[in-house]
Amino acid sequence: MSLLAVLRLALRSLARNKLRSFLTMLGVVIGVGAVIAMLAVGQGSRDLVNAQIASLGTNVLIVFPGSQSQGGVRTEAGASTQLTEDDAKIIGQRIPDATAASPMVRIGSQVKHLSLNWRTSIMGVYPNYLAIRDWDVEAGSDFSESDLRSAAKVCLLGRTVADQLFGEGANPVGEDIRIRNLPFRIIGILASKGQNALGSDQDDAILAPYSTVQKRLIGGTSAQMILVSAASTERIESVKEQIIQVLGNLRGKTGDASADFTVRTQTDIGNAANATSQALGILLASIAGVSLLVGGIGIMNIMLVSVTERTREIGIRMAVGARGRDVLLQFLVEAIVLSLAGGMAGILLGVAISYLVTQLQGWPVKVSLFSLSLGFGFSAAVGVFFGWFPARKAARLNPIEALRFE
Amino acid sequence: MDNPLIELKGIGKVYDSEGNRVEALRHLDLTIRRGEFVCIMGTSGSGKSTLMNILGCLDTPSSGRFMVDGKEAQTLTPDELAGLRNRFMGFVFQSFNLLPRTTALENVELPMLYGPRLPAATIRERATRALQTVGLGERLKHFPNQLSGGQQQRVAIARAIATEPLLILADEPTGNLDTRTSLEIMGVFQALHARGMTVIYVTHEPDIAAFGTRVLTFRDGRLVKDEAIAQSADAATQLAMLAESERAA
Repeated sequence: MSLLAVLRLALRSLARNKLRSFLTMLGVVIGVGAVIAMLAVGQGSRDLVNAQIASLGTNVLIVFPGSQSQGGVRTEAGASTQLTEDDAKIIGQRIPDATAASPMVRIGSQVKHLSLNWRTSIMGVYPNYLAIRDWDVEAGSDFSESDLRSAAKVCLLGRTVADQLFGEGANPVGEDIRIRNLPFRIIGILASKGQNALGSDQDDAILAPYSTVQKRLIGGTSAQMILVSAASTERIESVKEQIIQVLGNLRGKTGDASADFTVRTQTDIGNAANATSQALGILLASIAGVSLLVGGIGIMNIMLVSVTERTREIGIRMAVGARGRDVLLQFLVEAIVLSLAGGMAGILLGVAISYLVTQLQGWPVKVSLFSLSLGFGFSAAVGVFFGWFPARKAARLNPIEALRFE
Repeated sequence: MDNPLIELKGIGKVYDSEGNRVEALRHLDLTIRRGEFVCIMGTSGSGKSTLMNILGCLDTPSSGRFMVDGKEAQTLTPDELAGLRNRFMGFVFQSFNLLPRTTALENVELPMLYGPRLPAATIRERATRALQTVGLGERLKHFPNQLSGGQQQRVAIARAIATEPLLILADEPTGNLDTRTSLEIMGVFQALHARGMTVIYVTHEPDIAAFGTRVLTFRDGRLVKDEAIAQSADAATQLAMLAESERAA
């Protein structure tokens, strides 16, 4: 029998039990749909995280103070006081591949303009911070080296802060705001950067010269972190090692073990984030895989029922000359048609769900060609795998007994 | 062409299930020539069904030699047996065994789908011709449940002859039919026989056995009687007589 004839036969016999075929297919539809949608959500969230990590800046390294043991109580990283402005300067001077280095301190404070106020964080940095973070000024300009030297009371507002204090889309350059009762002149507005990987609003911040924040707002000397920009992606690792060496020498210690600071690269942070979203992706995909498995078992079940129901038909076919493999092919093709049809419908369902998730939840969702071919391949494999056993059972029937079957 | 169509030499068939040994056929010698119209009689358990299965290449003998058209057939693989059934045998069953929800035409086309590859048009043409031969040229698109028992059996006969087999094997073809329809069906077989077809059929009824040219009687796995019938009954004549008596009544 030609394959086309077998296919036509399979379609006809499936069409005879439309509801049953549909319900059997539904298992695979849901399974494949789930696989596609889950992979799309996983891929989308990974892309999002990657984009957000890229938004950290270009080739960024971050130096954190190491955690410090105080009488057995280990304080959180960043809570100790070992990083200083000098460390940042030395990194910038001694490491040629470190194109920029900026210390950073951050305090949270209420800021006021006339009757409006807003709680935000004020970050004290060097002017080159914007270059490190790859951050643009939307209006006005960055503060200068002389502002830094004179601890000038100037600031740059993030978009969110500007919106909250001056109204949506306002351009308050030249206005004053009060931070802890000190007037600060707004000299620029930062371009919107959106949310970071953890979902917090990066635009909800105020930038001010490092010296201003330290002297006028905090009264301290230690930096909470130092941001460093490497000359190129390939140099990141070597810059990391050099920072460890330079800072270690300053402290009269070498090697990571005794270091009271930690250097993290953008890649490190990316890897950690990726590992999380990957684990989530695997979890989602395996749930989807399980539903596909259940769908496959459904097909096997129905095919076994079908073989039993049609024992006499099989006997008749064998009596008129069907060989074992003809019967095997007939039932196998039926199972494959079921699962492939289910797979295609599942792909449509999965794409539709992905689209809906994007529309309703605003999550970026990405249906890849890979996941489509995976869904298609999987459904075909399910058909072959779960169709094989019932088909073989049919092919091995004894024609005499099959003809006698009531 | 001088080979006997079927030649059985010392055929035995033993069923051995769960220590229960049953000798269904014991040392059977039998030759069937082309153009014979053979009736097999016997009570149940006499071995006639076993013989039909072996003749029909549905089963293989436990011992002895079985030759179809001069070719050894007792050692064939299941696939080779399927090929023999397809090309050389046509089956007619007591319960018709048509595929349900499949038209008469498609039922008749079935054996040709499993045989040597033929164009669809040729298959359709042959099936149509076979149905015309059995007098169902007008019922090509009917489903089995739209046909009477006699008509269903005619479809089954058309299916059996569509591949132009060497031999038609009919297992109690009239067992489920009333007298009138039985006569009609035997008339179809006689017409096929008249055209040179070899037919072997099983029956319980002496009336039906009388239409053959040779009657084999089996008992306990042995052939106990093999008689030629010089003057077979004629189904067409009997059908006419039946019609007359019905009109008289």
